[in-house]
Amino acid sequence: MRVRITFSKQGPLRFIGHLDLHRLWERAMRRANLPISYSQGFHPQPKISLAAALPLGFSSRGEVLDVRLNEELTVTDISARLQESLPPDIKIVDVQSVDERLPALQTQVLSAAYDVRLTEAVDGSELTRRVEAVMNSESLIRERRGKSYDLRPLIEMLSVITEASGNVWLKMTLASREGATGRPEEVLSALNIEADTTRVERTRLIFRE
Amino acid sequence: MCGMLTPEQIENKLDRILLKVQKPGRYVGGELNSIHKDWDKAKTRVALVFPDIYDIGVSNVGLKILYDQINQREDALAERAYAPWLDMEPLLREHGIPLYALESKRPLACFDLIGFSLPYETLYTNALNILDLAGIPVRSEERNDNHPIVIAGGHSTNNPEPMHAFIDAFVIGEGEEVIHDIIDTIQKWKVEGDHPQSTFHRKDVLRDLAKISGVYVPCFYETTYMDDGTVAAIEPLISEAPKVIHKRIVAKLPPPPTKFIVPNIDIVHNRVSVEIMRGCTRGCRFCQAGMITRPVRERSVEEIVEAADEAVRSTGFEELALLSLSSSDYTHIKDLVDAISKRFEGRKLTVSLPSLRIESVSIDLMEKLKQHRSGGFTLAPEAASERMRRIINKFIPDEDIINTTREIYSRGWTTIKLYFMIGHPSETLEDVQAIADLCKRVIAEGRKVAGWKVKLNAGVSTFVPKPQTPFQWVSSDTRESILEKQALLKRELFKDKSIKLSWTNPDDSLVESWLSRGDRRIADVIYTAWKNGARFDAWEEGRKFQTWMAAFAEHGLDHSFYTHRQRRTDEVFPWEHITAAVRKNFLFQDFRMSLEGQIRVDCRLNCFACGILPTFANLRRENPGEGWKCPEVKTPARKMEVELPLVGD
Repeated sequence: MRVRITFSKQGPLRFIGHLDLHRLWERAMRRANLPISYSQGFHPQPKISLAAALPLGFSSRGEVLDVRLNEELTVTDISARLQESLPPDIKIVDVQSVDERLPALQTQVLSAAYDVRLTEAVDGSELTRRVEAVMNSESLIRERRGKSYDLRPLIEMLSVITEASGNVWLKMTLASREGATGRPEEVLSALNIEADTTRVERTRLIFRE
Repeated sequence: MCGMLTPEQIENKLDRILLKVQKPGRYVGGELNSIHKDWDKAKTRVALVFPDIYDIGVSNVGLKILYDQINQREDALAERAYAPWLDMEPLLREHGIPLYALESKRPLACFDLIGFSLPYETLYTNALNILDLAGIPVRSEERNDNHPIVIAGGHSTNNPEPMHAFIDAFVIGEGEEVIHDIIDTIQKWKVEGDHPQSTFHRKDVLRDLAKISGVYVPCFYETTYMDDGTVAAIEPLISEAPKVIHKRIVAKLPPPPTKFIVPNIDIVHNRVSVEIMRGCTRGCRFCQAGMITRPVRERSVEEIVEAADEAVRSTGFEELALLSLSSSDYTHIKDLVDAISKRFEGRKLTVSLPSLRIESVSIDLMEKLKQHRSGGFTLAPEAASERMRRIINKFIPDEDIINTTREIYSRGWTTIKLYFMIGHPSETLEDVQAIADLCKRVIAEGRKVAGWKVKLNAGVSTFVPKPQTPFQWVSSDTRESILEKQALLKRELFKDKSIKLSWTNPDDSLVESWLSRGDRRIADVIYTAWKNGARFDAWEEGRKFQTWMAAFAEHGLDHSFYTHRQRRTDEVFPWEHITAAVRKNFLFQDFRMSLEGQIRVDCRLNCFACGILPTFANLRRENPGEGWKCPEVKTPARKMEVELPLVGD
């Protein structure tokens, strides 16, 4: 069966990278004694695929992976067994059985939503003005790894949230397709905000229907 | 708290620097099976420190045993810390973050007890650096009643003297029981009341620690020197301090730890380890571990298999290592391998079995354990000429090596790793030439049975004479001689692309050499070298040979006094007051035998009275049977003699 798991990644686990996370899941599934399918060949690999790499330092409430199992199990059973086997800062949000024939998970991601907390006080109206300037611009040519690209079309949504307490933070949704991935730190840089004065959390991944 | 930052403050500061270092996962904790206990409910708080990077320290079995022992107590807790890598240290200093324990993120200075594991000497400067990063005075004498007690154990503490100025108390021998005695002592003296931090009467604690068997408190001893710079005497200064400190052992190995910490990042040894036996009866003269971990005590096959199963289940690791100094000597090795391969059949687990004897039985054992032959097959002849093999007491005829390696190749392994050492006492270029010749013969014979795909990795390290061994009297080989021998090997083996040669940098061996057999005066050299930047001495990135040489010069000491000097037969060693229970007489006799090329057989076949039984007669009497590999003690108990005769007495 093919199982789709949505999970959160918080606390110290924010500093664990993509490859390490992959291995962490493999071990957790072994501990949970789930019958994972392995690829054929000299070095069999477990059939686990993570939807989209989460940058180091970001927390998340909505990471997604697919795993193939050799036996049919109930989703409640899978969820219970896994939660016990995971390190404390990874929590299962949802487990679903999905159609085996669906295309590979990574090819189905369209965009990703982020919440950005600011650890240093900012002037809310000034920030709003800068956000409007970014959203009203025709294009935002930026450079990454020596190549220039247009950041503007990758920003699907960007807005300032002001809480009743006066606390100000940002919400954004960025394209996350192959060859067209918007990075939160690039947007922050366009807003003149230092990345190390922020706490970024991915809130969800948006998939093709 | 301890006049320092709170865990929350530390976490906030870390947030700003972690993305600037190579592997932030080293510094955040959060691993499965790490133990988080209530700080306020624990009376004694211990920080266990492995002074190398996380990637190496986290899988250390010794500290894991202590972590379990302490955390099983209701009244104590243990947390962990490791040495921050070269990229992290300046950030910690710049941002004013004291070194903290991974579990609670509390500064190390807030703990009652800091316990260092010092398995090798090249960790010494790191230990100093960790104390400094923790805001704890590096020198013991500068600590006051509010600072933690700093203890250390591990193989290198068989000569504790170079570190005497920095460590309050050393544990000699095995830690499983003595750690409880130490915690009980600290509890007794801890000042009750509103103190949020550690407070006790330091001198009282140290005086009581000195009374514990196996504990050495260096501040209660004085060393005097002769005009030639050698030690005249080491005398206790108070009546509570014993004249000789005997190592502690456990009569029976306690159940092995199974809930290993599962790191969230890739580390050096991603595996669970189960110690199948402790000690070794082979008596290789260069091997410190073989001399200081006697007597041999074995675990039962059933206990090992059950522990391995539980450990694999609780961690999900892909590899299991069955640890011992000499797997082939484990009495029931065949049964063990059968039971392990049966239990883990089809579970995608790699099992490693180190230190196998050079014989075809070893190939049968490995075949049972491995589905793939990808890993290569490792054997350790250590020397290649008959003369040298007699000197080091590891006698394996060339024909055994050729026959075994040929069979390994013919049974499908393409790579063999052979470990050798150069720099053995009285070694000549002919003995080194023999290593090259043997390697070429192994490859030539391998090609006959398996064709041109066969490969050989020859790892040639440099011998460093260690305290408490038969070679404690000999000079280290000189740098010039080592370079000449390495050049010979490179010249001889370079042409054959099937042979890969690796060797040790001679500078690294020299640093290890003077730290191994140093006296109390080396402490100032260590301090100065550290102050001037020495750390990670076992790492290429940390290599600071000139810094060490300058430190020797600054203190008016000559490094060759410690490295390139044959010791007098009546010399009093700096570690004369420390004993691993193998008598100096015995070691000396064994040294004399080596000079005459005489072999001593496995002591399972014939007890040579090394000194273990007289020291631990009571323990052996209470634990008869095959758990120990020493003969049984049948005589009735009498008062144990603690003062053993020394050479020259």
